[in-house]
Amino acid sequence: MSSNKKFFQGGQHWVWLNAGAISISIIMVVGLLLLIAVRGLSHFWPADVNTFLVQTEQGVELVMGEIHSHEEDIQDGREREQYLIKTGNRDQYGIDFRWLDLKDVSDTKIDENVVVLERREWGNLYGFIKTVTMDGQSVEPTAENLESIIERANGLHHEIRGIEAGDIGSINYDLEQLRLEQRRLELDNELTPEALADLDKQREELNQQFLSYQSGLQELYTQAKRDSAEFELVGGQTRTVNAEMMVRSFQPNAMGVFAKIGHYFSKLGEFIFDEPREANTEGGVFPAIFGTVLMVLLMSVVVTPLGVIAAVYMREYAKQGPLTRTIRIAVNNLAGVPSIVYGVFGLGFFVYFLGGSIDDLFYPEVKPAPMFGTPGLIWASLTLALLTLPVVIVSTEEGLARIPSAIREGSLALGATKFETLWKTVLPMASPAMMTGLILAVARAAGEVAPLMLVGVVKLAPTLPLDANAPFLHLERKFMHLGFHIYDVGFQSPNVEAARPLVYATALLLVLIIILLNIAAIKIRNNLREKYKSLEQ
Amino acid sequence: MTNLISKKSSETKVTEEVVENSAARSAENNPLANEKIAIEVEKLNLYYGDKQALYDIDLQIPEKKVTAFIGPSGCGKSTLLRCFNRMNDLVDIAKINGEIRMDGQNIYQPGLDVAELRRNVGMVFQKPNPFPKSIYENVAYGLRLQGINKKRTLDEVVEWALKGAALWDEVKDRLQDNALGMSGGQQQRLCIARAIAVQPEVLLLDEPASALDPISTLKIEELIHDLKKDYTIVIVTHNMQQAARVSDYTAFMYIGDLVEFDNTDKIFTNPSQKKTEDYITGRYG
Repeated sequence: MSSNKKFFQGGQHWVWLNAGAISISIIMVVGLLLLIAVRGLSHFWPADVNTFLVQTEQGVELVMGEIHSHEEDIQDGREREQYLIKTGNRDQYGIDFRWLDLKDVSDTKIDENVVVLERREWGNLYGFIKTVTMDGQSVEPTAENLESIIERANGLHHEIRGIEAGDIGSINYDLEQLRLEQRRLELDNELTPEALADLDKQREELNQQFLSYQSGLQELYTQAKRDSAEFELVGGQTRTVNAEMMVRSFQPNAMGVFAKIGHYFSKLGEFIFDEPREANTEGGVFPAIFGTVLMVLLMSVVVTPLGVIAAVYMREYAKQGPLTRTIRIAVNNLAGVPSIVYGVFGLGFFVYFLGGSIDDLFYPEVKPAPMFGTPGLIWASLTLALLTLPVVIVSTEEGLARIPSAIREGSLALGATKFETLWKTVLPMASPAMMTGLILAVARAAGEVAPLMLVGVVKLAPTLPLDANAPFLHLERKFMHLGFHIYDVGFQSPNVEAARPLVYATALLLVLIIILLNIAAIKIRNNLREKYKSLEQ
Repeated sequence: MTNLISKKSSETKVTEEVVENSAARSAENNPLANEKIAIEVEKLNLYYGDKQALYDIDLQIPEKKVTAFIGPSGCGKSTLLRCFNRMNDLVDIAKINGEIRMDGQNIYQPGLDVAELRRNVGMVFQKPNPFPKSIYENVAYGLRLQGINKKRTLDEVVEWALKGAALWDEVKDRLQDNALGMSGGQQQRLCIARAIAVQPEVLLLDEPASALDPISTLKIEELIHDLKKDYTIVIVTHNMQQAARVSDYTAFMYIGDLVEFDNTDKIFTNPSQKKTEDYITGRYG
């Protein structure tokens, strides 16, 4: 009894309670990160391809594929062990995955000659090389020959993409600009025959260029078609695959650990730096990374000055009274409004009203297709800026309130006006607090998805918002976003099983990017704090 | 010399009521008869909301002398000091009537440029409050406000001001260091340097040594002694020995009233008011 009392009086129980709470928090965070990291990162590892001998009612069947997951359940009163096998060959079987009951499997083996072929369509192919055709000639069916035709095909593919997206894309862009120019002149009643002739001349030039690129493309396409390979699947069927459809091939069963590690990192690089393929379930997420980061940066550029100016007015200039108090409460409550509401507001106000008005006033020639009057990067950034504005205002206000009045008086006593005092002394000293606000804003904005679906994010954007065509930064374009990508891949994709690891990998990437953005902002804040450290006294 | 004057005035005090000739009285009795007046305070009342903090203050501050304000806490001596550069304007609820004249001009007249006034009336606060900038930038702050950005001019003035504040030798090798890395006494002298860099006419010191150790205090007091050649100095202090050491004239205040103003020697040796005597002998406050 007395020792119990002593324990409580000593305050030890609070220490234990706090330690427990912190431990649980840490375990939860670490567990979450570990889960998405393990699930996401293991996806890129080239697993062995097993061949299973399966007894079915019709007889014996061979099934080949990677073991994707493993499950135990109870059916008909007995324990059942099942494997989910990724069999690939979607063009052959219709689906990529197949459940195998372990009791039906009579034998398993790992064949070194199995080739995994990643394709631009229809997912992976698992099989054996039967023939390889190079330049229309049949060559020895070896993995080396297969790889060399894939390498050549990839080079051609790259070139074709470069012409299609780069050169022809920019010709299309210029043609569209010419069309708009003509329409603009038409609307202003300034379309003189000379101007029209000039436009037609430019258009003719562009069309000439287009044709020359077109013939170049034709040439590349024929080149791409001259290579192909034939594969034998495990059931005895054969498949011929054209080289232009191949992305890469490897023989996981024959690979050593180092080869596997190399393969792993090349897949990881592809994931981060490449564009998505096959309805986002294969390839990379680069456009989504780019879109996320660009949107967050734009949002920061908008929200910081706006929030700081609002906070400075409220704290320094506005007369403190019931009205300011009400506004302050309102601002604080804005932070609690569900984000989808901001999305609806952004769609109604920014996209339809503001964007529509901009189109009416400055770009009448684009009608009936809207330019700014449709969801886009700028509206998404503005909507998120609005969403995160309260955070910046509140922390800037706190920062301003913490500046000792002695510092302000010191400046005023030297003959500084109120504005000079603010500008030269108070604001620099409050800058770490502003950065804190920005850090919170970035953390919130980068993870926000719901409002973005209304104001600018799409499943697949054909072009990045930043490219080589003037004015380079195309704020009106739609963009891809990691958060939405996760939702899309996880729930909207036709191939949910194949996409699931990508969901984890993308989630991990999103978390890492937010951490990275935050670390950058925290570094800046710490520098500022070091510089203006008088507050810590 | 001052002793002599004060003795004379104390002798005349006995006959004060008898003497009817006011001109003769002021010439005889006014301790400032031989001084040029820098600041004239006339019927100054100050209210914080409903509460009156200063009552009908009439006071003259002599030029290029040190005037000390003493009195118990809350007597209004800092409030009065802060009237001279209109620092009380920062307090929303403060209301002032009466006049304070400098060079014949009422500093509370409407339309007066307060920033200009504060440039002429420098102030040093109780706690050192250097800006979180380099030592150099702290001193150059007031000059930059006036649009002086020429490096050579700034260099010269910074050196001159730091020498004036007896700080140059200690910091000349680390002018670009953050001012917050200095000791408290150095910081306070930096604040003085910062104030004199803009070459004001009047220097207001609001308990400048109360947060400092004895050695730093001594340095500040020596500095005050040197500075009075060039500036009219008004100092508020809690420390009566300090007032006696550094000031030429002393004003004793009590709950918003100016009780007595006279030569420092006279105040401390032979005050004319009972309240002053009680305070000085430590009976209250």
